[in-house]
Amino acid sequence: MGYKSFDEINEKIRSKKAVVVTAEEIIGIVDEVGVEGAFREVDVVTCGTFSPMCSSGAFLNFGHSDPPIRMSKVWLNDVPACAGLAAVDAYIGATELSESRGMEYGGAHVIEDLIAGKKVRLRATSYGTDCYPRRALEAWITADSINEAYMFNPRNCYQNYGAAANTSDRTIYTYMGTLLPKLGNVNYCTAGELSPLICDPFYRTIGLGSRIFLGGAQGYVAWQGTQNNPSQPRAENGVPIGGAACLALIGDLKQMDPRYIRAAVFEKYGVTMFVGVGTAIPLLDEEMVRHVAVRNRDVKTKIFDYSVARRSKPALAEVSYEELRSGSVQVGSRTIPTAPLSSLKMAREIAQKLKDWIVRGEFELQEPVASLPREGSPQALENYEGE
Amino acid sequence: MALQKSTEVNGGICDGTCAAANARTHAGVDAGTSPTGTAEKRIKALLTYPPGAVGKPITYSLVRQFDLWINILHAEIAADKAGRLIMDILGDASDIDRGLAFLEDEGIEYEILNGSALWDEDRCVHCGACTAVCPSHALTLDKNDWSLAFDREKCYLCRLCTRACPVGAMSTPI
Ligand code: SF4
Ligand code: SF4
Repeated sequence: MGYKSFDEINEKIRSKKAVVVTAEEIIGIVDEVGVEGAFREVDVVTCGTFSPMCSSGAFLNFGHSDPPIRMSKVWLNDVPACAGLAAVDAYIGATELSESRGMEYGGAHVIEDLIAGKKVRLRATSYGTDCYPRRALEAWITADSINEAYMFNPRNCYQNYGAAANTSDRTIYTYMGTLLPKLGNVNYCTAGELSPLICDPFYRTIGLGSRIFLGGAQGYVAWQGTQNNPSQPRAENGVPIGGAACLALIGDLKQMDPRYIRAAVFEKYGVTMFVGVGTAIPLLDEEMVRHVAVRNRDVKTKIFDYSVARRSKPALAEVSYEELRSGSVQVGSRTIPTAPLSSLKMAREIAQKLKDWIVRGEFELQEPVASLPREGSPQALENYEGE
Repeated sequence: MALQKSTEVNGGICDGTCAAANARTHAGVDAGTSPTGTAEKRIKALLTYPPGAVGKPITYSLVRQFDLWINILHAEIAADKAGRLIMDILGDASDIDRGLAFLEDEGIEYEILNGSALWDEDRCVHCGACTAVCPSHALTLDKNDWSLAFDREKCYLCRLCTRACPVGAMSTPI
């Protein structure tokens, strides 16, 4: 069995000889020429996903005014940002809500507006110090008028995720969308066979430092995602059945494209952000070919009952992405219509765009500087008081 | 509005009184011929029942007294609360006017639904969230390229998509 290294593949990318296909295209190639043939012919497979990811936000540094201010409270278009950092640093979280407009505008909209080049109103207050005497400030900023603006998303790019339904008598509004009563619909939220961590289930090629597509720019994997859960039970092909690992991502907001970062409002839930992520998987060996050629019918997840507002929700059924994509699934004796929340059309566009970058020699693969953990589960919060 | 029941009714029983209406409906709303053959009109109307009026045999009366053909497109009804009913009404223009006047007398608000929801294609990210709630199947995902397809003819302006769309790509003309 042969082996191709990151260096060999990058050499091919530099000389514009790399053969790159998407994680959907590789399936047909494996069908035609087999795993061995695909390994010989193809160097890189690209993946994409475009889903609402709440755990997202951006670090901003506004620059110093004269006289200077040590900002202790910061608002951007009336959305509070976390300013518990150095004088003019702040973090704007995607789900933070506007103090004047409530759920219709939030941190994700501020981020989208900044990426779109729009002016954003900065308001800051301070208690004043000898070195930073100013106590209040208002200014217009844009992504270009401030120093750094980089997205840092503590948890993105989930490796699979549970689907959602509602067995109660009333419509419920969740981060998994509107769930109609009495199993009126099933919503699901991954790109399935095109999804980055489904195609590399044991994180052999993705790790800390991996270069990725993030919001239309080149970004990096910064860390494992929060609530990382690689110990989730797996199917025989290695793909976890339900939410498992996830990634913390970083990238330059100033280089991003609003097409791939979109603010979203889920009714009666709040604000979140669609984040476009793409990864490039080097086909190091035949095992990687088998992983990236995974099919929707072999990617399974569970449907959870979101009417049970508890930490553990009961699973109603286990289904494959082929079934979910077909438009309806079987739960017991009933056929329930399905709808995605994650845009497959955009995920395909991202995988295609990343493929074009690599083919043109504009995007080289970065070998991970450290591996992601293959074991571990999140802990629950216990010992709390009150309700 | 917390509804006890929120069901899609297409030729089914809604407020418990429309069995007769549906008998007429099945007879020929699709044929497009009026029972009398004179100035025929077809409208879509959104009826808002105040709490307490839900038990009234409204649809039955529209069929019997005003000779209208009715197809229930969408119903959100709860016995003790306000309810919404969207219906397709076919009949003589004058009969329709009399039927609508009757609704007013009964304390039922109505709104004539013209056209369809508005889809901002540039804003749309083709996620499909709206397809989960659209009761008319006007909104569907194309199974080849997974882009959103909007069949405006089927839309009856129930507005569920405007609330379900996370990026504000669906709105209504009014
Ligand atoms: S929910 Fe909105 S963004 Fe998603 S497909 Fe429908 S119209 Fe497009
Ligand atoms: S208003 Fe929206 S949800 Fe209602 S029928 Fe029209 S497209 Fe479907």
